[in-house]
Amino acid sequence: MRLPTALRPAFERTLHRLRRDLGFGVAGAAAQFVAWAIPMSVPWLIYEDIAALGWVVLALVLPLVVPAVATPVLTRVQRWRFKELLDIEITGPGWAPRQLWYHLLAGPAVAWGGVLAATMALVGLGAATVYLWIWGVPLSWRLDHVGYSTQAAYVTAGGLILLGLAYALIGALARLDTRAATTLLGPVPAKELERRVEDLTESRAGAVDAADAERRRIERDLHDGAQQRLVSMAVNLGLAKATLKDLPDEARQVIDEAHREAKGAIEELSSLVRGLHPAVLDELGLDAALSGIAARAPLPVRLHVHVPERAAPTVEAVAYFVVSEALANVAKHARAERADVTVVRAGGTLRIVVEDDGVGGADPARGSGLGGLAKRTGSVDGTFDISSPRGGPTVITVELPCAL
Amino acid sequence: MRAVIAEDSVLLRIGLVKVVQTAGFEVVAEAADAEGLLAAVEEHRPDIAVVDVRMPPGFTDEGVRAALLIRRQWPDTAVLLLSQYVEERYAADLLTSHTSGIGYLLKQRVADVEEFIDALRRVAGGGTALDPQVVAQLLVRRHSDPLDRLTSRERDVLELMAGGRSNAGIAGALVISESAVAKHINSILGKLDLPVAEADHRRVLAVLRFLGVG
Repeated sequence: MRLPTALRPAFERTLHRLRRDLGFGVAGAAAQFVAWAIPMSVPWLIYEDIAALGWVVLALVLPLVVPAVATPVLTRVQRWRFKELLDIEITGPGWAPRQLWYHLLAGPAVAWGGVLAATMALVGLGAATVYLWIWGVPLSWRLDHVGYSTQAAYVTAGGLILLGLAYALIGALARLDTRAATTLLGPVPAKELERRVEDLTESRAGAVDAADAERRRIERDLHDGAQQRLVSMAVNLGLAKATLKDLPDEARQVIDEAHREAKGAIEELSSLVRGLHPAVLDELGLDAALSGIAARAPLPVRLHVHVPERAAPTVEAVAYFVVSEALANVAKHARAERADVTVVRAGGTLRIVVEDDGVGGADPARGSGLGGLAKRTGSVDGTFDISSPRGGPTVITVELPCAL
Repeated sequence: MRAVIAEDSVLLRIGLVKVVQTAGFEVVAEAADAEGLLAAVEEHRPDIAVVDVRMPPGFTDEGVRAALLIRRQWPDTAVLLLSQYVEERYAADLLTSHTSGIGYLLKQRVADVEEFIDALRRVAGGGTALDPQVVAQLLVRRHSDPLDRLTSRERDVLELMAGGRSNAGIAGALVISESAVAKHINSILGKLDLPVAEADHRRVLAVLRFLGVG
């Protein structure tokens, strides 16, 4: 058959879809037949006296019981059918009450719809091709029915319409079956959500850990690279200053200036690097690392740490960041005389309280470091709370889970 | 006086050697890791080892552990530790077991050559040299208390004293006379209820013990 080239892809698509849906429908009907129609008809077939109540009950109950018992197998069969014939992957539990609805209701309904569609297709096919086989009808009949060829035209048209309807019905049934199966044979929504939450929790923990490892790596690189170079430069300048006593004043001034600059750069880089991830945190834990921050804060800080059992490294890193950021904030905005830092482990929770006697009015929404603080706390499922009335005092309370 | 130097950064090692030589020490060996350091100390028995805290293979606190070992095995060798960051906990570890011939400074202090040389000589002579930052960390942990009764000037003097400075050193740092320093020190020792000791070294220890180390 020669088709215009433009129509060929459309025709091939239609044909492919028809073939696919047909195969799918036939397989579905067969499965339903085995699961449902046979158990239903067996009692009727082997016993003549249908009036006996026991048999009637059995005949009605059996098709309900068989699919129920066979649900795991049936579910597997149906999933396989979707995967193989429609390339639709349905995953879910091996057995769930909802699957019964599919095997007892949706499946049989679609199967009967399939039987109907097949019947329509066969009748339509017969009617549409009436001109091809009408010659096989005995001559006497044709002579009796004058004008049959005109009627045959109607029959042909009716057959074609029926074929079109059958085609549409098969497609619709396949769609309906797919929807029913993905809903009823797929994962239970609540369970699915649970699994999703688990996945996300895991991947987030991974992301947080990765970021933490990255910070450590950068810290290490800067420590071994830029910091050593800077110190070495400052040492050389210091040596020049100490040993070259008979330099002209200008040269001495230049060296002095460079020496001061180098030392300033070391200070700045050091506090930056330490903010990333202090090495001492890994070795000695929070208590040791926090005394470093507290000592370098530009205001007197009282530190109280009671963490008898160490938390997960990532949690410790977050706790360190919280204190460091909170104290930086106090120094920048609070105009405080002093600050108090308390870190206590109670059960599985690490509680951090940073309090200052400053002017208050701190607002996380106003883009200070507090927003980042809240975010980083949230990254390990911690809680962040701030109380900062105008006139102070400001109290930041953060609670972190000790294990991720 | 003979010195051994352990520092993994080549650049900085060169600078350190120069500074130590400027101080009049003979550098008898250089090492790039803790193992090399211990071998060199065993071989040369120097008066002082200048040691980087973070060294291969682990880049954590190898230097601190090596220092403790050296002080235990070769008590005649003093140790001056250098670190990018000084941690009071390490200082406490060092000072609880050995109260003399220990120094612990920030690496960048080497750049202030005169002061560094002063600390180097002090440690080699059996004294103590603690970085002001370590002292500040120690003070953060002590919030009982008699410390609150000190005037801010007395606090400055206390910090320098805890760092191991002599009266002359404190006077130089604060630009006051030595007699004023002596007066402050007596007042501090009285307020903190510490014994008055003649020797610098004994006095430093008393202060450190008060601050919770040594």
